[in-house]
Amino acid sequence: MANLKNTEKKTKSQAMGMHTEVLTGRTQQKFFNPDEAENFYYFGTYDVDFNKRTDLDVKDMSAAEANKKIDSLMSEGYGTIVIKNPQGKHSLGVGILNKLNLIFEGSLGYFGMGSCDGPIVRINGRVGWSCAENLMAGKVVIEKNAGSCFGAAIRGGDLICKGSVGARTGIDMKGGTIIIGGDAGAFTGFMMQRGRIIILGDVGINLGDSMYDGTIFVGGEIGSYGSDAVDAELTKSDQDWLRRKLKVAEIGENFDVSKMKKIVAGKKLWNYDNLEPTEKKGAI
Amino acid sequence: MCGIAGLIHRGKSSKVGHELQGMLQALKHRGEDSTGYALYGDTDGKNFIMRFKVGENVGEGSTSVAEDVSVYDERKKIVDSYLSEMGAKIIKEERILPYSLRYEIQYDKKDLLEFSQKIESIPGVEILSMGKSLEVIKDLGNAKMVCDRYNLDKLVGTHAIGHARMATESGVDIKSAHPFWGYPFSDVSVVHNGQLTNYWNNRRALENKGMRFMSECDSELIAVYIAQKMREGASLEEGMKESLSGLDGVFTYFVATKDSLGMAKDTMAAKPLVLYESDDLVAMGSEEIAIRSILPQEIDTYDPFDGEVKVWQI
Repeated sequence: MANLKNTEKKTKSQAMGMHTEVLTGRTQQKFFNPDEAENFYYFGTYDVDFNKRTDLDVKDMSAAEANKKIDSLMSEGYGTIVIKNPQGKHSLGVGILNKLNLIFEGSLGYFGMGSCDGPIVRINGRVGWSCAENLMAGKVVIEKNAGSCFGAAIRGGDLICKGSVGARTGIDMKGGTIIIGGDAGAFTGFMMQRGRIIILGDVGINLGDSMYDGTIFVGGEIGSYGSDAVDAELTKSDQDWLRRKLKVAEIGENFDVSKMKKIVAGKKLWNYDNLEPTEKKGAI
Repeated sequence: MCGIAGLIHRGKSSKVGHELQGMLQALKHRGEDSTGYALYGDTDGKNFIMRFKVGENVGEGSTSVAEDVSVYDERKKIVDSYLSEMGAKIIKEERILPYSLRYEIQYDKKDLLEFSQKIESIPGVEILSMGKSLEVIKDLGNAKMVCDRYNLDKLVGTHAIGHARMATESGVDIKSAHPFWGYPFSDVSVVHNGQLTNYWNNRRALENKGMRFMSECDSELIAVYIAQKMREGASLEEGMKESLSGLDGVFTYFVATKDSLGMAKDTMAAKPLVLYESDDLVAMGSEEIAIRSILPQEIDTYDPFDGEVKVWQI
């Protein structure tokens, strides 16, 4: 398919080695206009008070019941909710589009914290596959290990696992930051399109396979590089950013970021500025 | 989809039938066409326990053809006569269901190949397991239904593996249900979650070497593949490691022997597995909730990495 835009121009960030894509087409960034605020309504949001705190024991609840209860508590203004006895249940804490302090006293199963936008979450346990999938904004901290597809397709926010994670971490991610304190499995960063992944430990085979864009930083050994993934120079600004990010994430204290490897896409595979077929007709 | 679960107690015995039932029932949403148990019970180790079937469960949902119970009786008679011919003495006989039997047998020969071939030459008869500790029990329905039907709750042993099946590649019947016995090896069993894409190539090669397949379920290949490697002199762990390159597709599988339990995960790590490991217990399953059914307190678990093979001893 022909590319209608000139993609030869190099941005400042690309020149710096950050390898951020040119946003010139239909996906170009638009900022929120405060003048339009009164017309803006975000479904499912509540005014919550972080000092208003409650516990919720979900031992005998289904995931749907637990999630409805969390929603109900937010509607009552609770800004800090502590979930007791999650016991590895699937799909807990999904679809929270709100500011919220959410603490899980235990482990989650699959799809925990999926499709969230805004909450600050601490999980004092482990998470199963596809934790925080499609995260838009906020912060999710896992104190132990995580399963595969950790942070799949996230678009923003910070996702931190203090232990090790399974395969395909950050698959298809489109933004945000994933930080892993331990090791990561095969196909980490598979088809990632934007965003950053930091792994302090070792990583498995096919790192960054078919990555479009984004950056992966690895502190330990790399099993093998995936197709299209290549090394890049670790700049001073990279190191400053890594130090700041690790400090904020409270992970990797005294970790020597200057020895980390930086991996980026070796080819320009993305075509984000391509127009939809109907738009092309208009352009022609 | 299917779900698998397994546990091994190190240095003690426990009610593994009850524990595995809880783990598999927690995974029933991954499939309840059939459920199977491979239980390693406490025995004196003198006699073989042979679990076998003389027909299929033709209840609701089954893809098998109904047969008259008199056909089962006739097949059982032939089994009894063949055992007698081969010098095997039946010590104890239980007919749990019209089509499902459990024999305790005194049989002195070590090579079970000839024995199994003879018994399974009877049309409709299949040995589900043969071993001095292993008992494979599999039938249609979810874990609780099968456990209740076969009264497995009280079985005491050291380790066990099991499978909750959603039938995708072959029929809803006992012959396609897991676990598979590692024919013709005593006390070897396998459960698998995934799909194998070079099933027919491997099957043809193994059949040429004299190995037998009782179903067209791709998972059976793993049991036969490992058994053949062991016949060629490989250890269990070596056979499992070779399977990572010898088998194509996506898989997580468990293999158990009389005194060990192993897991292997394919090189793409495409199938899930959560593992809990302590000094006295290893428990693993397709999902954490399986482990939580026996360990509700907060514990440390992890996902094994791609291409990982692990083996634990009792």
